[in-house]
Amino acid sequence: MPISYFLVLSALLFSIGVYGVLARQNAVLVLLSIELMLNSVNINLVAFAAQFGENGVGGQIFALFIIAVAAAEVGVGLAIVILIFRNRQSVDIDEMSLMKW
Amino acid sequence: MWLVPLLPILSFFAILFFGKRLRNRGHMFGIAAIGIGFVLSLIAFIELATGRAAVEKAWTWFEFAHGESLHLEFGMHYDFLTGVMFLVVTTISLLVHIYSTGYMLDDDRYTIFFAFLSLFTGSMLLMVIANNLLMLFVGWELVGICSYFLIGHWWEEKENSSAAIKAVITNRVGDVGMLFGIFALFVATGTFNIEAINNLAHEGELGGTILTAGGLLLFAGVVSKSAQFPLYVWLPDAMAGPTPVSALIHAATMVVAGIYLVARMFLVFEAAPVVLDVVAIIASITMLLAAGLALVQDDIKRVLAYSTVSQLAYMTAALGVGAYTAGVFHLFTHAFFKALLFLGAGSVIHAAHSNNMSDMGGLKEHMPHTFRTFIIGSLGLAGIFPLAGFFSKDEIIGGALRSASELGRASSWVVLIAATVTAFLTALYMTRAVIKTFWGTYRGQGHPHESPGSMVTPLWVLAFGTITVGFLGFPVIGPFKSWINVPGEAHHDFEALYNLILPIGATVVAVLAIWIGIQFFYRERWRLDILGGPFGWIYRFVANKYYLDDFYLKGIVRPIQYPVARATYWTNQKVLDGAVNGVAIATVALSKPTYDVLDQQVIDFAVNGAAGLTGYSGGLLRYMQSGNVQRYAAVLFAAVAVFVALFALT
Repeated sequence: MPISYFLVLSALLFSIGVYGVLARQNAVLVLLSIELMLNSVNINLVAFAAQFGENGVGGQIFALFIIAVAAAEVGVGLAIVILIFRNRQSVDIDEMSLMKW
Repeated sequence: MWLVPLLPILSFFAILFFGKRLRNRGHMFGIAAIGIGFVLSLIAFIELATGRAAVEKAWTWFEFAHGESLHLEFGMHYDFLTGVMFLVVTTISLLVHIYSTGYMLDDDRYTIFFAFLSLFTGSMLLMVIANNLLMLFVGWELVGICSYFLIGHWWEEKENSSAAIKAVITNRVGDVGMLFGIFALFVATGTFNIEAINNLAHEGELGGTILTAGGLLLFAGVVSKSAQFPLYVWLPDAMAGPTPVSALIHAATMVVAGIYLVARMFLVFEAAPVVLDVVAIIASITMLLAAGLALVQDDIKRVLAYSTVSQLAYMTAALGVGAYTAGVFHLFTHAFFKALLFLGAGSVIHAAHSNNMSDMGGLKEHMPHTFRTFIIGSLGLAGIFPLAGFFSKDEIIGGALRSASELGRASSWVVLIAATVTAFLTALYMTRAVIKTFWGTYRGQGHPHESPGSMVTPLWVLAFGTITVGFLGFPVIGPFKSWINVPGEAHHDFEALYNLILPIGATVVAVLAIWIGIQFFYRERWRLDILGGPFGWIYRFVANKYYLDDFYLKGIVRPIQYPVARATYWTNQKVLDGAVNGVAIATVALSKPTYDVLDQQVIDFAVNGAAGLTGYSGGLLRYMQSGNVQRYAAVLFAAVAVFVALFALT
């Protein structure tokens, strides 16, 4: 298969993720959208590794790293969201602007 | 062999993670690990003694290849010196562990105490088995940090935690020197391997200034770790820790590290006579000062602490005069009787609830086991035949005599005299301590009682050791000499000189000291009104720790301070003031126009303008900080898109 298939899929997924991050009100959905973006990157990495990698698995290994980091990031993110929810009974991201001047 | 240091370290983690769940059972891991370690080191030692060659194994740790390659090893070296150290460390540590189950029974941090006890032992074993200086340094520092935790075990009291801090900081002073010493040797030889450095020094390929400098710097580490003058001040304060820890520090794990280092790097030291002289002189000073201090302490643990300082100086001095075997042998025997004395003191403290000998007395009847073992330990320390201290001390004095008479080294004469006087003082202060603790009437609170079996058993085991281990170094027939000798060749053979006069003379000195001690402290037949009599100044001199602290303040700081201050003042009044006044007058004349024009018009405008501009632009920019995360993200993505577009177009 030509690599452009993967790249288009990845770009679509990334764009959906960006849209979610920018437009969603719910903090949990924002976190999910970030996951989408990260996974689109994974698709890129794996695709390139499969197509051009000369007997190397660097792309796959990086993808595994990203999955691990993403898990940690979501863990921290959800913990923050839960704490905010406990304090304010809301996870609306527009209301989380307490730290501005 | 590598299991021996590994097991206690594993047990440290085991206790750390599982210890809490086994309420007050944490010691099981430690005792098991060190018990196995003891058996293993015994087997290994027997193999070695029956003719197996020394083991050297190394794995590559990591390698650099920048220009010249740097090869770091993670390896072990097991020979007789390591074997003896293994036996000492595991034996003492095992007994201390068992003893601690009784001593620390009611402690709140029982579990963590055993965890650090294990790590302490493990890091000492790691240090001993290391085949290169870097690994040795790792073990060395681990030992240091464990001592910090253990000395500060009862950190609720300020005094204890500051004692722990003092121990670490004083050690740091020497460790810096040691690290530089290691680097100096590395630069000179291109390797960290101890064996290789030793051989290079021995064959004369490594020499000159860099060898002397390296040796002196290494010795700086020894001075701090093994509590030599002038850095011995931390050791008495380290008595703030629980008594079993003191026993471990003094007998097996901490302070002997320095002696071990000198013994391990002996060929390097030997190749630099200047360093050996420094070692010998420092040790002589230390042993006399510390023995004197031990004579006037009231705290029983402090008596023993200064005694350790003094005995460590004995070992250092032995190495300094080239009596390698004797130094290591004294380390070996000292471990037994000093651990015995400390554990005995711990037992006494446990019973009397006080560290001070003025709160004790008459414990002979109440604590028969402790009393008997303590007597054995004291006689061993004083060097009475046939206990352990007798053999090793005579070896050292004999070694000093040989070095002094045959090689004609001035520093050896100093050591000889200092060692003899110290032997006398040692017997004297131990007599004093024993009499004040065990004879007379009880002066403390409550009813003293004998300690539980878990504490008494180690005492008897150590007492047995104190009686027997000396014979390993029996002149001519003792096997110790064939085990431990100078690596490379055995050219320091002291047996020829070992005639009868020396041991008899040393014994007479010790017995005389004990007799004098009894006259003074027990019969009180002779008395000095010590504070007012003709010798009062000596007492006050010693009781104030030789005014060493005062000396640091008054002797060094003030004389420098005052003349400097006076000279500065004079310069200030005559020279500077004239200049200053002149300048001031000129300045005043100049300043009026300057103020009006330059300051008011130009500078103020610039300053106010800058401030105003900043405030104004800040006011504009703050609207960007909306606090809305999504807006930030949008800006971020837009910027990325712009950059991507730019890159794509160009």
